[in-house]
Amino acid sequence: MSAGETSDRPAIEVAGLECGYDGRVVLKDVTFSVRRGEIFFVIGGSGCGKSTLLRNMIGIQTPMAGAVKFFGESFTESDATRRRELLKTFGVLYQGGALWTSLTLRQNVALPLEEYTTLSRREREEIATLKLAQVGLTGSEDYYPAEISGGMKKRAGLARALALDPAILFLDEPSAGLDPITSRRLDELVLQIREMFGTTMVVVSHELASIFSIADRVAMLDRGEQGIIAEGTPRALAAEHRDPRVVEFLRRGDLPEGRL
Amino acid sequence: MAALPELRNARVSDRLDGNKLEVSLAGVWRITEPQPSWKDLLAGRNPTRVRLRVEEVERWDSSLLLFLFDVQQWCRASGAYCDIDSLPEKVRALLAQLAASHETSVPFDRSQSFLDTVGTATLDLTQKTRAISQFVGECVLGAGKLVKSPHKFRWRDCVEEMQACGAMAVPIVSLISFLTGVTLAYTGALVLRQYGGDIYVADLIGLAVVREMGAVMTAVVLAGRTGAAFAATLGNMKANEEIDALETLGISPVNFLVLPRLLALGVMTPLLTLYANALGILGGMAVSLGVLNIPPTAYWIETGTAVSLSDVAVGVFKAVAFGLIIGLSGCLRGLQAERSAAGVGRAATSAVVTAILLLVVADAVFAVLFNVVGW
Repeated sequence: MSAGETSDRPAIEVAGLECGYDGRVVLKDVTFSVRRGEIFFVIGGSGCGKSTLLRNMIGIQTPMAGAVKFFGESFTESDATRRRELLKTFGVLYQGGALWTSLTLRQNVALPLEEYTTLSRREREEIATLKLAQVGLTGSEDYYPAEISGGMKKRAGLARALALDPAILFLDEPSAGLDPITSRRLDELVLQIREMFGTTMVVVSHELASIFSIADRVAMLDRGEQGIIAEGTPRALAAEHRDPRVVEFLRRGDLPEGRL
Repeated sequence: MAALPELRNARVSDRLDGNKLEVSLAGVWRITEPQPSWKDLLAGRNPTRVRLRVEEVERWDSSLLLFLFDVQQWCRASGAYCDIDSLPEKVRALLAQLAASHETSVPFDRSQSFLDTVGTATLDLTQKTRAISQFVGECVLGAGKLVKSPHKFRWRDCVEEMQACGAMAVPIVSLISFLTGVTLAYTGALVLRQYGGDIYVADLIGLAVVREMGAVMTAVVLAGRTGAAFAATLGNMKANEEIDALETLGISPVNFLVLPRLLALGVMTPLLTLYANALGILGGMAVSLGVLNIPPTAYWIETGTAVSLSDVAVGVFKAVAFGLIIGLSGCLRGLQAERSAAGVGRAATSAVVTAILLLVVADAVFAVLFNVVGW
């Protein structure tokens, strides 16, 4: 299947999701689906619940109601065995990289392989080296996370998320803390990964440059509405959406020209 | 000629024309410097119209806005008209913002009735007890898995922790246990001398150190040193989302992080305790020689007579239990830490307090238990 091509069954289905903390509801009745090979952005202002939604989708928090499915199989209602299988289908790039500080970059990338494969140590290290090369970190494999820059940490985090060649990738604010050039390079990398592997991506972000550069579709969350107020392509939403909150968000600053 | 410094300070002048008060602000208005007060300026007068002018203000910050806001609020309360037309647009916009936020902010009432407080505290206690039981249960299950598949255990991490909590604690344990022996010997000598039982200082030190003080003092040192370190490390990892990253890979943080630490403490605490016992006895020996003139050989023989293998076993058994308590407290508090720097600090403190409390309780339980069993 080539990049961007869709099939009938969506890669991700979120239905009626309700999320919150300590009894306080942050998001209600969130429903959307992501097609295979799509780059789908979840956008919105600060405090609208983007990260909460992500955490509920990847299973770090249990939703109060609703369901999340990957390729038609329920993740939220799966038993321990099925859940472990489904965990292999997606990788997560956390906001700060979330690299394990006592392990080198190579060891960080190799750990998922150790957990889920029967490869030998040498094979795991070779694959880890390959993954780090794919994100442009050749030569840095034996560094510890404390010894590298923020941009490199994100790339290493991405390499680790790709260790098991997952079909789905979740990225939590990938541009946070990066300068515009590094951020653009990361966007280019995301596109390359989609071109090479057809990976479905869900990106939580409020970076307009990234949204207009690489997003196929976006869903916009609103804090007051506690849910999705708009869904569609970024340019269409910016040009035509009737909700002024949507237009105001997407038109903040200049629209970057063209796509990568 | 530059204006004198005092002329550049924030100042306000007024001119009363019938019922109309014209207030002119001037100078440099800085929040860190003293400013005029509207109340003082008003001095009990009651104009029906107040006009505000700021043409002579050189530089200003929020302090100017506060003064203008005070005037506006007074006007609103007294029914006077506040003329702000001559203020620059920027100042008027900021003043409007201040007024709007003042109106819409509702005091957040955090007070609770007594029953609410008791209820919330009970629910909190139930939740915490559940969390602790769950954690201990996970550790036990994890330990079971370790026995079945030891190759999956992170031995390298475990050995590194052993070095950090064991080998590197030797200097401080040496000092504390030696001094414990010294202190006990001095105190014991005071009493035993009166009855001519100087030599029994050796019995006192031997039994007290081997059965109790060796294990307890070692455990207290490790609680402060290692328990806090575990909590801080795991708390920091939680703040960095490293724990989340493990969970989304299906790797149990208990198996990956907690068990190596528990095993390290479970092994090193009894070893350090045996070492502390020896140093404590040595401390007693030094005082007996110096103060009571008891030769070391006599002291040593008497110690050997008083202290049996079962006494040593009791101390070691306690030490293993204390080590596990410290490990569990430190790791649990770390995993429960809030995702902030302050949260990590609180977790470290809580780990030490919890560990020390639990090991004192455990010591009391063991004292009763061993008495009943007859060890």
